[in-house]
Amino acid sequence: MPFAWLLYGAFAGGLGPDPAKTVILQTGEWALRFLLLTLAVSPLRRISGWYWPMRLRRMLGLFAFFYACVHLASFCQFYTGWDAGRLLEELAERPYITVGALAWVLLLPLAITSTHAMQRRLGRNWRRLHRLVYPALLLACVHLAWQVRSDYGEALVYGVFAALLLGYRWFAGRRSRQ
Amino acid sequence: YAPAAKGPLGYYTDEALTPRRDAASYNNFYEFGTGKTDPAAYAHEMTVDPWSIEVDGEVAKPGKLHLEDILSRYPLEERIYRLRCVEAWSMVIPWVGFPLSALLAEFQPTSKARYVAFRTLYRKGEMRGTRSFTSSLDWPYREGLRLDEAMHPLTLLAVGNYGKTLPNQHGAPLRLVVPWKYGYKSIKSIVRITLTEKQPATSWNMSQPREYGFYSNVNPNVDHPRWSQKHERRLPGSLFKPNRIETLMFNGYEEQVASLYAGMDLKKHY
Repeated sequence: MPFAWLLYGAFAGGLGPDPAKTVILQTGEWALRFLLLTLAVSPLRRISGWYWPMRLRRMLGLFAFFYACVHLASFCQFYTGWDAGRLLEELAERPYITVGALAWVLLLPLAITSTHAMQRRLGRNWRRLHRLVYPALLLACVHLAWQVRSDYGEALVYGVFAALLLGYRWFAGRRSRQ
Repeated sequence: YAPAAKGPLGYYTDEALTPRRDAASYNNFYEFGTGKTDPAAYAHEMTVDPWSIEVDGEVAKPGKLHLEDILSRYPLEERIYRLRCVEAWSMVIPWVGFPLSALLAEFQPTSKARYVAFRTLYRKGEMRGTRSFTSSLDWPYREGLRLDEAMHPLTLLAVGNYGKTLPNQHGAPLRLVVPWKYGYKSIKSIVRITLTEKQPATSWNMSQPREYGFYSNVNPNVDHPRWSQKHERRLPGSLFKPNRIETLMFNGYEEQVASLYAGMDLKKHY
């Protein structure tokens, strides 16, 4: 678990001279990775015919949300000290932070309705609601790309994976309508 | 070398030093990668011996200086400076070097000289960061100062820090330190100094002109378009003590350098 590794680093002093930044960076990246993994599940099932990945999807999605929460919480803790005024100032003045916060807001209802009971209660609406994961992924990618200073390499890799996963759904959706 | 002189000149601060290990493991030296630990991991691939610096342009006596000559010619002194990165973190580092003005005076700038342009070594085979296809920086890395900034007594050419020779990730064997400007102005591993009549092109400014101006003076009142410059994280921080402090005008060197910018609109000349 990457989180355990971070905790270990935090206590062993292995996070370098700027541990706040290391934690924020790592949790953000893992949130995005788990989000991509979550969205890779259904294409993998369709292409391979395996069913077992579907059983992991909820867990992967919740992992993504978990890291997004730690990411946001560490930002509040280390960069704003939980000062509401400072937090609002950051949200208003740094567009990349606005976009990142919005991505978290979109993930929140998905995490809340992730239980079997909620899935049954919402029925068809559950699927419609969970399409929010697509804009959340796009916003997360913008959030990353907006922080690049000079080298677009890493943002590009995440962007390509996101585009592949979203593009697959778009094509698959078009084919099934025809 | 002479120890840092206390007093009103700004050569010394009694703020806690950033431990040497932290300063040597957290660097921006994009020639070796954009990660903070890349320079410490890969800068050893750069050959720093032999080394020479070429000085040309608007000078009466252009020429080349070998590192050994530099080291024997200029008396070395220690300066303890704050270093403020444009990314809103800062350190306190004891440098060993000599004023840039001493070196420039020797080459006799002509009456036309108004700016000083600097260049970092560009050796693709030894600098993996310069081989990245997705980087928007144009190599070699270039920086520049106005001549009066370059001649200011605070402007240092450093050959060491923490009482030792500069580690490669800090810009060995010779780098600039301009303590009242954002860190990227303090160009590393210098191979060429050119005096010019016109304002020289500088790397970050060429890549993102809206975000990085030519002057790049530390200024809490002018935000970077993507983040605030009002505060900084003094490193090392810990998870329980982020060390967030207010950023000072000209990084606390206002008394010494404000007169250089009298009458200038610093919001326009950021």
